[in-house]
Amino acid sequence: MAQLEVDLVAADGKIWSGAARQVSAPAADGDIGILAGHTPILSVLRPGPVRVTPADGGAALQWYVDGGFLSVDSDQVTVVVDAVTEGSAAPTGH
Amino acid sequence: MAGTQRVYKARIRSTQSLKKMFRAQELIAASRIGKARDRVAMATPYSRAITRAVSAVATHSDVSHPFLVQREDTQRVAVLLIASDRGMAGAYSASVIRETERLVQRLESEGKQVALYVSGRRAIAYYTFRQRELAGQWAGFSDAPTPEVADEIADALLAAFQAEPQDGGVGEVHLVFTRFVNMVTQRPTVVRMLPLEVVEGVAPAGENDALPLYEFEPSPEEVLDALLPRYVRTRIYANLLQAAASELAARQRAMHTATDNAEDLIRTYTRLANQARQGEITQEISEIVSGADALASA
Repeated sequence: MAQLEVDLVAADGKIWSGAARQVSAPAADGDIGILAGHTPILSVLRPGPVRVTPADGGAALQWYVDGGFLSVDSDQVTVVVDAVTEGSAAPTGH
Repeated sequence: MAGTQRVYKARIRSTQSLKKMFRAQELIAASRIGKARDRVAMATPYSRAITRAVSAVATHSDVSHPFLVQREDTQRVAVLLIASDRGMAGAYSASVIRETERLVQRLESEGKQVALYVSGRRAIAYYTFRQRELAGQWAGFSDAPTPEVADEIADALLAAFQAEPQDGGVGEVHLVFTRFVNMVTQRPTVVRMLPLEVVEGVAPAGENDALPLYEFEPSPEEVLDALLPRYVRTRIYANLLQAAASELAARQRAMHTATDNAEDLIRTYTRLANQARQGEITQEISEIVSGADALASA
């Protein structure tokens, strides 16, 4: 089965990278889900949760991002974020 | 005679304590430089992703953006100088300041007014001592910059670039920093930051390569709007990191040379002190001998 190559990067380093089955992210016009074979897209992200389902069948990973953008190009997914916290909830004090 | 010996001893002692200090500075710089280079490496994936995305928008759509076009309504230009907070780095700060002065002169000869933004205590001291006005200044992080300070600097510069001419808006933003080539070579470099020229990473499309048709969400304009400020930020952050690595490398080398020089000085003074001691002994002996001679002949 085709897989996605995912890179999640923040300004001060790479946060996660690897193969995934599905990525979902809070795009500007509504949440977007990406599977292998998605059309090339460049999208702005709102603050919200980014979910990655790893290809090896592990539990879905989740981060809360502060905004950024996402690009998909021939199953190569790059999520570029400004600030990121592990988990799905917005960090307190925001 | 005992006087000269004492002077040499004192000099040896003070040079020895200086040497210890130089040595410590050298070791500190050496231990930090690895970390600084790691940070450069850590920031690379992000800036590469941003650059690729910007190039994608630039090649796949023909939208224009204020950051990409020359401003004609103002003669003011901004220059950001990245220098160090502390000295003891040889000619590091001096050479980047000299490069800035050259750039400022060139811009002024083109009839432009220069607004100086300065990062690093050394450069701030240089300009305040000469009573030159600074449009912005930052200090306290030159050997370990964080994304937050890069954001702060980028915000100030972007605000100036977007301001109206009567509010001190600038038409160009230049950046002077030291590029880390390797441990031995660090080169003062001038880049024009704004208006942007996106050239990195744009591969010319081959005959048979179908260009990926990007979809832009929500629209090419808004994607560009979100991307370009981030692009400027990462460029500034990346250059701050380069400057930090260069500063530490320059400091390590300068302190290494200083330690060597201190060792040379100690050697020279030890020789001189020995000579003085020997001369003193010779004199004492000849005094005793001539005294005994005088007694014997009397």
